[in-house]
Amino acid sequence: MAEKRFIDAIHDALHEEMARDERVIVLGEDVGRKGGVFGVTEGLYEQFGEARVLDTPLAESMIIGVSIGMAVGGLIPVPEIQFADFIHPAFDQIVSEAARLRYRSCNDFGCPMTIRVPFGGGVHGALYHSQSIEAFYAHVPGLKVVVPYTPADAKGLLKSAIRDPDPVLYLEHKKMYRMVRGEVPAAGDHTVPIGPAVVRRTGRDLSIFAYGLMVHEALQAATVLSAEGIEADVVDVRTLRPLDTQTILGSVQRTSRALIVHEDNRFGGFGAEIAATIAEEGFRYLDAPPTRLCGPDVPAVPFSPPLEDWFMVDAEKIAAAARRLVAY
Amino acid sequence: MPERLVVNTAVLLDGYRKMVLVRRFEEHAERSFRRGKIGGYLHLYTGQEAVATGVLAAAREDDVVFTGYRDHAHALLRGTDPNKVMAELYGKRTGVCRGKGGSMHLIDVARAFYGGYGIVGGHLPLAVGAAYALRAHGTDRVCLCFLGDGAMNTGAFHEAANLAGLWGREGLCPVVFIVENNQYGMGTSVPRASANPDLASRFDAYAIPRERCDGMDLEVVYEAARRIVAEVRRGGRPHAVEAVTYRFAAHGAADLFQPYRTKDEIETWRKRDPILLAEQRLRAAGLLDDAQAAEIAAWADRTVADAAAFADSSPPPPPEDLLTDVYGTPAGGEAAPRAPSEG
Ligand SMILES: Cc1ncc(C[n+]2csc(CCOP(=O)(O)OP(=O)(O)O)c2C)c(N)n1
Ligand SMILES: [Mg+2]
Repeated sequence: MAEKRFIDAIHDALHEEMARDERVIVLGEDVGRKGGVFGVTEGLYEQFGEARVLDTPLAESMIIGVSIGMAVGGLIPVPEIQFADFIHPAFDQIVSEAARLRYRSCNDFGCPMTIRVPFGGGVHGALYHSQSIEAFYAHVPGLKVVVPYTPADAKGLLKSAIRDPDPVLYLEHKKMYRMVRGEVPAAGDHTVPIGPAVVRRTGRDLSIFAYGLMVHEALQAATVLSAEGIEADVVDVRTLRPLDTQTILGSVQRTSRALIVHEDNRFGGFGAEIAATIAEEGFRYLDAPPTRLCGPDVPAVPFSPPLEDWFMVDAEKIAAAARRLVAY
Repeated sequence: MPERLVVNTAVLLDGYRKMVLVRRFEEHAERSFRRGKIGGYLHLYTGQEAVATGVLAAAREDDVVFTGYRDHAHALLRGTDPNKVMAELYGKRTGVCRGKGGSMHLIDVARAFYGGYGIVGGHLPLAVGAAYALRAHGTDRVCLCFLGDGAMNTGAFHEAANLAGLWGREGLCPVVFIVENNQYGMGTSVPRASANPDLASRFDAYAIPRERCDGMDLEVVYEAARRIVAEVRRGGRPHAVEAVTYRFAAHGAADLFQPYRTKDEIETWRKRDPILLAEQRLRAAGLLDDAQAAEIAAWADRTVADAAAFADSSPPPPPEDLLTDVYGTPAGGEAAPRAPSEG
């Protein structure tokens, strides 16, 4: 075991996969010589050269489109979108092409591509550098969507994504890069399967479902709640699609109360999928309505630090929502 | 390049004053960033002052302006109160967007500054549509659309330029594209990002008349813009100008690591600092002496210091501002905003 920062775990996964398989290609804006805006790809260009670490022009639809072409051509591209907010020009390529290739070619083609996407607020990025985008893509059959929280998962899920035969959106919350640290198995080939959720903390009084940065906040909230005698089960969903409904329902069965937390705004957000699953398949376990705590329904995260603070879901808000749910 | 120009002295002197103000504003903003008073991302215009100053001096106050996220200068030159610009950078209630936008997203509709946009290239189709709307309303206003060299590689650029060229045939698209070629898009130089690094020539594909000018020379920029804006106003046809310039600052104030360029390169360009060039010319023409230069610098410093003091002492936005302005009032309807479920 070695303690790693979240960002290092991602970097290490890229490094190991590039060393392991020479078909793996990293591409994006300033991922090469500059090492990426956040420094995630630092050193890869020097080690693997410009044929495998490609600085591209500024055009996201092109970055994803050519990655899909590379994938069908037998390479394993790992494109980086600098900030999730910039991915939208590539929506068409991802949804209309990447997600459908296997289906429409009757399995003759696949699209083994992992799109790395830094997302999320809390870093004063303002209107165009703070967005959460998981709901758009989790909606699409043919895509997989993962959102790691621990450095070990960051590494293991990225390695699994790169080896996966299908397109994976790998969402990394940028606030966690240098903030979250954790043990990562140092030896061997550490992978984490895409799919299973994990229970980070067990409790009997309510279940909190979260992913990415929100797991961090949920665990802090759970500590506070515990001191008040409320024991929360915290489930790190970590793969949004395919969704591990079994672990989710198992938790609700233990606690009878479900609080679903995400930073993305509420309306049509991913939490609705979890809530609907619980309502449909776990109704008999419930003592209270499945409840969501999400970012507010505004079109973007505003800049001003107090406004951003009000926008962000944090441990305090989670604890308050948990108290209300337990008192229901 | 044109011959030695005879620009009216008022333009040169006024432009010089404005460039000094913009420079000092940016320098102060950077200090405030280092001191933690400005959070997030901060992109400075240092080195490129002659471009926006020259173009906007040649335009009318009611001409519409769009730009990218390196937008402080454009707002200031449009006449937005420096206090309100600085307060926006500080995220305060008194900011020009009440703190919602911050550095990259200034908008001042009252001054026809239609905004700085954070999605590179995202504003280009908007500018073409806005230009069309100006003609549709029968006005002779034009739309000034600033963009970076990096933005020219987006699909949005090519889609927008094509339509501008088409509509231009009918005189329906009075837009001026001002490419601020500062040699880099973030850490990627123009030759590493553009298959054809002759950026101006890329407008040929869309039948948009184009030229290139020295973006470090205020007089040159002004003269080119004056001619082009008059032509676009008259004919309703798009034109493009590539202003060759350089950013002295890092891409963003937080990007201290700049492995993609050398100190020597920066120093070479600094010899053509637009403010220095203007100052030399003014002095040579006997229009500026030490005392006047000092007076201008002092005025700029005072203005900027006042703006920073204003920003510092302004209140933050109240929580309810987070939730306002999501929807407008339907025409003829009550003020009740539509619920999202009906959206
Ligand atoms: C669609 C999109 N992709 C990427 C970015 C990140 N980004 C911000 S500025 C920039 C470079 C832009 O270069 P250029 O257009 O030349 O403008 P300059 O910074 O030189 O003023 C990049 C890649 C972005 N803001 N939007
Ligand atoms: Mg540039």
